Amino acid sequence: MNQDIITSTLSGALRAGTPLLFATLGEILAERAGVLNLGLEGMMLMGAFTGFSVSYITGNLWLAVAAATLVGGLMASLHAFMSITLRVNQVVSGLALVFLGEGLSGFWGHGFVGMQAESFSSIKIPFLGDIPYVGQIVFDRDILVYMGYIAVPVIWWFLYKTTAGMNLRAVGESPEAADARGINVVLTRYIYTVIGGFFSGLAGAYISLAYTPMWVQNMTAGRGWIAVALVIFAIWDPVLALIGAYAFGGISVLQFSFQIIQVPIPVNIMNMFPYLFTIFVMLFASSNKMKKRFGAPSALGVPYSREEKT
Amino acid sequence: MKIHFEKREKKPSTLLIFLASLLSILIAIVFLGFIILSLGDNPLTAYWQLVSWGLGTVPGFIQSLVSMMPLLFTSLGVLIAFKMKLWNIGAEGQFQMGAFAATWGALYLFPHLGNPWLFIPLLMILGMAAGALWGFLPGVMRAYLGVNEILSTLMLNYVAIYWVNYLTYGPWKGAHSYNFPVTAEFPSAAIFPQYGTGGLNLGIFISIAVAFFVFYLVKYTKLGFNLGIAGDNLRVGEYAGINVKRMIVLVMVIGGAISGLGGMAEMSGVLFRLQPNFSPGYGYTAVIIAWLARLDPIATVIVSFFFGVLLVGSQQLQLFMQIPSSLVNAFNGILLFSLLASEILLHYRVRWVRL
Amino acid sequence: MNETVLELTKIVKRFPGLTANDNVDFDLKRGEVHALLGENGAGKSTLMNIAYGIYKADSGDVKVNGQKVEISSPRKAIEYGIGMIQQHFSLVPSFSVTQNVALGLKELGIVPNLPKVRNKIIELSKKYKISVDPDAKIWQISAGEQQRVEIIKLLYVRSQIMILDEPTAILTPQETEGLFETIREMTKNAASVIFISHKLKEVIEISDRITVLRHGKVVGSVKTSETNENELAKMMVGREVIMKIEKKPSKASGEILKVDNLHVMNDKGLKAIKGVSFDVKGGEVLGIAGVEGNGQRELSEALYGMRDYKGTVTVDGTKMKSGNVMDRIKHHVAYVPQDRKADALCGGLSIYQNLFIKAFSSPSMKFNPYFFVPERLRVPSLRLMKDYSISASSVDLEVKFLSGGNMQKVVLAREIGNSSPKLIIAVHPTRGLDVGAEEFVYNVLLEQKAKGAAILLIAGDLFEIFNLSDRVAVLYEGQIIGYSQPDESHLEEIGLMMAGVKNENPL
Repeated sequence: MNQDIITSTLSGALRAGTPLLFATLGEILAERAGVLNLGLEGMMLMGAFTGFSVSYITGNLWLAVAAATLVGGLMASLHAFMSITLRVNQVVSGLALVFLGEGLSGFWGHGFVGMQAESFSSIKIPFLGDIPYVGQIVFDRDILVYMGYIAVPVIWWFLYKTTAGMNLRAVGESPEAADARGINVVLTRYIYTVIGGFFSGLAGAYISLAYTPMWVQNMTAGRGWIAVALVIFAIWDPVLALIGAYAFGGISVLQFSFQIIQVPIPVNIMNMFPYLFTIFVMLFASSNKMKKRFGAPSALGVPYSREEKT
Repeated sequence: MKIHFEKREKKPSTLLIFLASLLSILIAIVFLGFIILSLGDNPLTAYWQLVSWGLGTVPGFIQSLVSMMPLLFTSLGVLIAFKMKLWNIGAEGQFQMGAFAATWGALYLFPHLGNPWLFIPLLMILGMAAGALWGFLPGVMRAYLGVNEILSTLMLNYVAIYWVNYLTYGPWKGAHSYNFPVTAEFPSAAIFPQYGTGGLNLGIFISIAVAFFVFYLVKYTKLGFNLGIAGDNLRVGEYAGINVKRMIVLVMVIGGAISGLGGMAEMSGVLFRLQPNFSPGYGYTAVIIAWLARLDPIATVIVSFFFGVLLVGSQQLQLFMQIPSSLVNAFNGILLFSLLASEILLHYRVRWVRL
Repeated sequence: MNETVLELTKIVKRFPGLTANDNVDFDLKRGEVHALLGENGAGKSTLMNIAYGIYKADSGDVKVNGQKVEISSPRKAIEYGIGMIQQHFSLVPSFSVTQNVALGLKELGIVPNLPKVRNKIIELSKKYKISVDPDAKIWQISAGEQQRVEIIKLLYVRSQIMILDEPTAILTPQETEGLFETIREMTKNAASVIFISHKLKEVIEISDRITVLRHGKVVGSVKTSETNENELAKMMVGREVIMKIEKKPSKASGEILKVDNLHVMNDKGLKAIKGVSFDVKGGEVLGIAGVEGNGQRELSEALYGMRDYKGTVTVDGTKMKSGNVMDRIKHHVAYVPQDRKADALCGGLSIYQNLFIKAFSSPSMKFNPYFFVPERLRVPSLRLMKDYSISASSVDLEVKFLSGGNMQKVVLAREIGNSSPKLIIAVHPTRGLDVGAEEFVYNVLLEQKAKGAAILLIAGDLFEIFNLSDRVAVLYEGQIIGYSQPDESHLEEIGLMMAGVKNENPL
């Protein structure tokens, strides 16, 4: 009996952690390039809405995922234009993105509330899925969870081992240096801000197509903000992002498990844990010494202009 | 072709700023029109519905004032922090904590206090204290540990919201609530004086008074003067002998207290009982209002009222045209973007350069 | 040898409020060192930033090897074989030396072959006798070594045209000698070097030709062998360089500043000031000379209370609290920091607000904290603007629109004109100013000295120190390595101390 609960909690952690993981990975890329995009919540909502509605209308799941991803990127490109080309305050622009996503998804999604659409189901991976306990938890999930597994090492390799990754880090840390070496700072920032949006859209799609397959207004419920915090928790590292995302996913499903085994902690108090934990993590991750050592993008949120140095 | 920005040599005039703000509102309205069109509704009728009730009728006008009150409190709360370039987006949580503290005082600490002259000030102090605490925490973390205040205030918003949910679903659920998650009603001595039946209450006047207080604070005091210095350049603040860290905390505490007072006023003046989701995100809208008012406390009153009209109007919209009220959020988002863009046009001359 | 590799003709570049380059012509021949000489703000860096594609000229032509080209970005410049070492290095702090050299190289492919780059760095450093550690992280190495990394970067891509912007500012005399040897080695290999400087001696030592810029215009181009320091100085400044500075002998009174065994950390948490003791008397100027980065910033910030320290600082007999600015202000300490824009002025606020930034901390001002009308500061501000000849259209103008000289005058007017300081800490007070403003600053400081203030002058420019000080102390690696006399006959002695050679008979 208890074993079932442990299994379901851990597998729940993976499922709940997957959207966090996607959004965090995307934001890591954007921030590594020096663009702070606080609009994850808005992009995820639009992703969730788009994914659900396309799946509902066409019945094609992959088309739905692609559309959601694209919409996330589209919203991010708005932020990119505002913050890179127009050089407006990135905090406020990100906030505007949240409003926009909430508003549009709520407005357009109104008619989809209570509908049923195609959704992802679990695929058991042969052999691996048969490993006792582990197989059931890790290798009997839907395909998007598997994509999360793969995305982490790929992005890690990309960031630290490839030329493009090196350029990306240079742009976020020292845009002047990158520019002086002929790297196109503006283009780099655009690319990774938009890619960050793709990931957020995907994260949203996961929520409405796999995690809770339906459409409810504001269904991301603050996950976008948690992802923003997770980026700091992970000190801009994809592997730590994986750990953080699944840990936070775990905390959010723990409440259900606690209810089953009747741990007397009210749901609403449990709900606070991820947020309190994020604050707790920030207390440690925020010191300048930590940031320096791990190569935090020191030009984060600072617009770059070749001729104007203020 | 390439866009090229040149910094303007002069500060834009007040008139230009006003015109730019007006233009951004216009642009936002046009974009919103397309969005309304996308669902097949007529934007013009929708706009008429949106403003006619709030501006054209007496009950609608009073309703708009009532909606303005929480927006005004929270906008003033974030405004002070923004002056110092502290991105306090925790007004929502501070507002909720203020409401919580007022409810606590009214229903559990001294429910039998009969004298409103004592009761109401006490609740106001409680509300301000709770809001101040919710500003103090991120303030201290920012000043002494360098924790990003955007994220910490945001996380604390969620904590406050779940705290209110916990209380209203659990220990504070009222005896006569038919199992709905609402507390019992406030005793009558804890309720603001009401004028007429339309909802006009003392809280509205208090919120306007607070706006003038904030105006005085930022314009005519030592704190306000130093706020301008530290807000422009933190290091120069230190250089001038200002204890910058203490000031960060102070500013967050004052802002929190004002938002907390707003939560209290919402309880004592409008709702009379605590319930989950009693705020449709006032604290977030406050960010836009403060920005649109260009951090001017008096302009904030006007802009808050405008948003109050929109909020009331959006309910009309839902009622009569079945247009989801989340449309207002979309409007806010677009408005914020067009405002940001206009800000750039005010400070830069944009040229297309051929390469 | 006489082949022209780079030619700039009729370059014009305007910034809001000033013309940085006004019809400038400049050319560079293969294998030569062509120095670009001029005062701060004369437009030297702007011109070279145009050649390197950082700025876009408003008009004018650029020719490389006789071909007219459009250099729209540094990438283009690199393609044309132009390399530049800017004053602020273009290095990524968390990257290793090898990664920094590899950054932006075209040959890298998808996964960079870093070991290959590393080998080539070692090879180059042997060939040109430039010592660098390819595996060190940039943030761990000294400024001198960072500059060597920048040179390696240029050599790596075989730049034929190398632009060095004030390369010696951060070097000791010995390191400078090393740099010059490297430059000679490079020109031997057919590279051409543009050497930007405002230091006459260096320019004469290293260059073949010299072009002098003043207020954005070319004053003249001369062969180094056919000119001398005096002539160059006259070209640079536009008149005989005799400043009307009257340095009266010091009538030192009692001790105002006393520093005992001061220890200060830098931002990285490393020791920057290691046990410094000195004192300054009233009516005396103590000059602290030294190569930048030897603890000057940390010393001045600690003395003014903006940085924590161990040891004792006494002002006029009162022991100061560590890291407490108010304590300093109360005891009439004025501070002119090295970076006025970042540390002393609120760019977005008006002149009158900036003049009264200390309205509520200065002991000489009494304002009501609960009812204070900032607009009332306009009248006294007008008087200060006149006294300090700050030229601006009104007291309401935002400070960021002022020129460097006027900005510095605002700082001086506030720190000195608005109170009567007992101690003035001035760090590089004339950096980036033209001669007129420089003279003004000197006279203000000397006037205060005559009034009995103690002045601590921290400067990199030895002539500034000679012009003002009564005594000279040399700061080297966080310690005062010795004292000397402020005149040219002691130049060599001071230079040696700046390089870390101890003085045998300290005063």
